[in-house]
Amino acid sequence: MSANGQAHTDFHATLRAVTRTYPGARPVHALGSIDLDIARGEFFSVVGPSGCGKSTLLDVLAGLSAPTTGRVSFEGKQVAGRVPEGVGVVFQEDASFPWLTVYDNVAFGLRRAGMDAAETARRVDYAVGFMGLRDFTHAYPAQLSGGMRQRVCIARTLVLQPRLILLDEPFGALDQQTRLLMGDELLRLWRETGASVLLITHALDEAAMLSDRVGVMSARPGVFIDLVTTGWARERDSRIVSDPGFGAITARLWSSLRTESMKAIGREA
Amino acid sequence: MSTSARAPGISRGTLILWTRTAVVAGLVLLLELLCRTQVIKPLTMIPPSAMAQEMVRLIAAGEISDDIVQTVSEVGAAFAVSVLAGFALGALAQALPRVRRAIDPLLASWYAVPFFVFYPLLVALFGLNALPLIAIGVVFATPAMMLSTIAGLDRVPGVLRKVARVHRMSPLREVMLVTLPSAAPHLFTGLKLSFAYAFIGVIAGEFILSGGGLGYGIAYAYESFENRKMYALMLLVLLVAIGVNGALHVWETRLARRRART
Repeated sequence: MSANGQAHTDFHATLRAVTRTYPGARPVHALGSIDLDIARGEFFSVVGPSGCGKSTLLDVLAGLSAPTTGRVSFEGKQVAGRVPEGVGVVFQEDASFPWLTVYDNVAFGLRRAGMDAAETARRVDYAVGFMGLRDFTHAYPAQLSGGMRQRVCIARTLVLQPRLILLDEPFGALDQQTRLLMGDELLRLWRETGASVLLITHALDEAAMLSDRVGVMSARPGVFIDLVTTGWARERDSRIVSDPGFGAITARLWSSLRTESMKAIGREA
Repeated sequence: MSTSARAPGISRGTLILWTRTAVVAGLVLLLELLCRTQVIKPLTMIPPSAMAQEMVRLIAAGEISDDIVQTVSEVGAAFAVSVLAGFALGALAQALPRVRRAIDPLLASWYAVPFFVFYPLLVALFGLNALPLIAIGVVFATPAMMLSTIAGLDRVPGVLRKVARVHRMSPLREVMLVTLPSAAPHLFTGLKLSFAYAFIGVIAGEFILSGGGLGYGIAYAYESFENRKMYALMLLVLLVAIGVNGALHVWETRLARRRART
């Protein structure tokens, strides 16, 4: 099933018949065939069993990995072997630079882009404040907690003002309370920037809380087997978990995913 | 409950430094005492203060200036060549897994080979001058830099390379701004080891095979029963080795402190 069951026509990013096979003595068919349209300003999440190709999907969409077949485009232009301008990526692993302070980490991309010092300082100050890191501006990542380091990475992406933000399980290593709060910050960021977001997550509640739509992927090779539209208002935060509809959405996601998760761990449903 | 008896206001690092200094100073004083009371005979060893006096006199009188210049230039040349060659070869081996598999056993057994036996070959190749000694220093020091480079590049997290690509960096910028800083702690260890091996290789080479340099000066003084000069030169070599290594260690510690979890 494709993930195109939506009314939007202003597609920001598109995948058409995309597959990804890792070559080798035993080639691994990791992904697809996938068809996906992400609307401008949409918050789209992807859930799926472990090893189903979620991160591969993100890599292909980001231009970090070329599809074996099919076509990926961003803002109407084909993504071909290079991360397009306007795309920001936050990874699951700690991707902060340990040899740079928080300030220099966040300013990294702006300096590479040749931005002048005053504008760099303005954007970094805003992002550092937005992420609650103002007291740690001159600290090194080693002096921060895992959650704070992840916020540094998000801030580093935020300052570049990407129009499409790709997040690969960015809160995977955090405790539940911190994840809820980080989710709120992400929603605030999404609203304020107007960017489109694709979030890869293994947490069904996180996907249900944050997203406009959630794509459910099958076990490898990953294809979309269900698409859930949440219907949340744009102004929302983690308190939405107490909404009666939240449980229904989470239940539907699990219902779609249960069989695939069992397949992924080698058990029949 | 803390059982520390540390005086208030003194950091752990300062305490360690003081303790270390006190132990070394205590040993030097003990040696001085044993030499002065002739428990250790003057023919065996002279007091450390006499070594230091003689070292200062030799330097001030310019008697060992040529030897110092020769040794410093040989060690400097061997160090520079081995760092550059070791880094280039290490980076190549890390990038080419087949080359790496081929040279792995060679690197593992490198220091088991007594390279001084090749001195006649090196003389035949380079002539009777400083080059064979520099070559010995290079042969000693290069694998250390190679191994550190391979280890450093191996440990650059893949996610940082992805970040470089997300920032649309050219390969050269990626190397300069991401790969090298990330591998810096291992590269620094390589620098330290390379200096130590280049120093050992050159001094030992001079001692056995040369007609000049501090190593030769020690050997000559030993054969001529010039105990004062021999110990003064030994002290000088020791101080230079400890000084350079100490400076590199301080630099390395500062670098590591930023990355260590507090």
